[in-house]
Amino acid sequence: MTVVGAVSQPEAPRRRLAALSWQRLVRSPNLLIGSSVLFLVVVSAVFARQIAPYDPIDQQFTAQLQAPSPAHPFGTDEFGRDVLSRCIYGTRVALAVGVLADGIALGLGVIFGIVSGYVGGRVDGAIMRFMDVMLAFPYLLLAMIVVAILGPSLTNAMIAIGIVYMPRFARLVRGAVLAIREEEFVEAARATGTGVVRILARHVLPNIMSPIIVMATLTVGFSIVETAGLSFLGLGASPPTPEWGSMLATGRSYMLTAPWIATFPGVAILVTVIGFNMVGDGLRDLLDPRLRGHGF
Amino acid sequence: MLKYIGRRLVELVPVLIGVSILVFFGMHLIPGDVAQLLLGDKGTAADLARLRHQLGLDRPVYVQYVRFLAGAAIGDFGISLRTRQSALWEIGQAMPITIQLSLAALLFAVVVGLSVGIFAARHPRSLADSTAMVTVLIGVSMPVFWTGILLLLVFGGILGWLPLGGLIDEGMRWRRITGMPVVDGVLTGNWTVARSALAHLVLPAVALGATSMAGIARMSRSTMLEVLGVDYVRTARAKGVVEQRVINHHALRNALLPVVTLIGLELGLLLSGAVLTETIFALPGLGRLAITSVLARDYPVVEGVVLIAAAIFVLANLLVDVLYAYLDPRIRYT
Repeated sequence: MTVVGAVSQPEAPRRRLAALSWQRLVRSPNLLIGSSVLFLVVVSAVFARQIAPYDPIDQQFTAQLQAPSPAHPFGTDEFGRDVLSRCIYGTRVALAVGVLADGIALGLGVIFGIVSGYVGGRVDGAIMRFMDVMLAFPYLLLAMIVVAILGPSLTNAMIAIGIVYMPRFARLVRGAVLAIREEEFVEAARATGTGVVRILARHVLPNIMSPIIVMATLTVGFSIVETAGLSFLGLGASPPTPEWGSMLATGRSYMLTAPWIATFPGVAILVTVIGFNMVGDGLRDLLDPRLRGHGF
Repeated sequence: MLKYIGRRLVELVPVLIGVSILVFFGMHLIPGDVAQLLLGDKGTAADLARLRHQLGLDRPVYVQYVRFLAGAAIGDFGISLRTRQSALWEIGQAMPITIQLSLAALLFAVVVGLSVGIFAARHPRSLADSTAMVTVLIGVSMPVFWTGILLLLVFGGILGWLPLGGLIDEGMRWRRITGMPVVDGVLTGNWTVARSALAHLVLPAVALGATSMAGIARMSRSTMLEVLGVDYVRTARAKGVVEQRVINHHALRNALLPVVTLIGLELGLLLSGAVLTETIFALPGLGRLAITSVLARDYPVVEGVVLIAAAIFVLANLLVDVLYAYLDPRIRYT
């Protein structure tokens, strides 16, 4: 008895924490449903080769513009390609694009925000005025100009969306850093001679992670939509890449005769973005209950 | 208040100068020679040099920027490289169409968004509340271009209730006063034009306003829920004030503050949405002009569009701050 108790004691807090997290997850329908949706999306992306019934770029000119049927549940497009297979492979592109664009925005935003908030003074003024300029710039036009400079491609569309979203992260992080900069534990670290980089990395950043995680989750969904928008305008993915935005752009021409071509990629975008939005909302409720119920 | 507005207007200048730097050098960073693009394969080296001189492209880039800034300060953005018309004229033709679309979208977003939000807050955790919030979640997550395509398919294609895009019926002419066909139709008493323009406006306005509507509904529900639980609302109810009056006079005004902020932000963001909406509905507005001009490297037009859009964004936020003081008398600006 004693032995069991002694062994299990250090495990108890961890178990309690796990149980608490599980309870919270179950109690938060947003988080639960959103996570389930994203799990399915991730599974589709990882096992696309196994799940998709056809090759997404394989053209079958004998099966053009076929309506949904048991052979092609989402129908076929103007080149006879299976829309379901293209939608499934599209999850790979969408997740990569969303996460990487978000990563760019997050990385740059955190650097600018931390420097601005922690250093303060003229550096803060200069960085924040630059962010004001970027926020005043119509975001889709900024993304289009960035893509025009770098050349139209999916990678460049992703970079453009990352740059466009960066000021939002910078502002959020700056605000959080300003709130925490004067806390006693940061002052204590400063007084003991801890270096600036170490203070930022070990004391400031971990304490401002909650709003960053929430915003990063919500932004992945929006990045997917914006990148699809650039592809829709012909500034993102190039044919025959199975990308939802460019599939929608092609499907638009066949909207009245073959509506399935544009309908299903749209549903795929919607479901994925709903997943990220629900997880983001759920995380916000969990990590920052003061903001519960507020829209993005 | 006037002093505050004056100071904010002065602060607008450096932001616009920053935007002008970003758009000017951004457009000049796009690879390729504009003169070569305009001449195509036809021109000789001498023609190319002449055109470059005419456009001022042979001068140092900072000289070109200063000339552009001096022109922009008096509303002269130069000549469109694509159409050889004044860039301001081009923008002036397209802008009323985008303003009409954006105002209609905003009207839809505010009226429907606030109604849904207030209704949901009055019946929290009911089936109606859950349905409204699921609809709102879908609205927030739907890409504007897909919403537009679906609306076109259902209401234009399948049901045939509304036109499949464009500004007014083909072949129809109208006398331009404001450049907004609905308004001009009403002003000139030409009801055929007004009706046709309105029918063409419904779907793009709903498509463009859907995301904003969802955001406003979410925000107004959450702020109304907070306000409906505070002491002065409870006191008003305890005094026997009619529920409608409690909502309109006591709760709504206080719940509106964050919603107004959101509306201001949405107003500024509508132009970006208009790029996609105008492309889908074949509307010759500012968004479509912007994308055509970026692709054609028509930088006088792009610079003009961006500067005007940035000014609208900043002014919309100033308007929001001024509205704060009106909605909440405790807020005083000095």
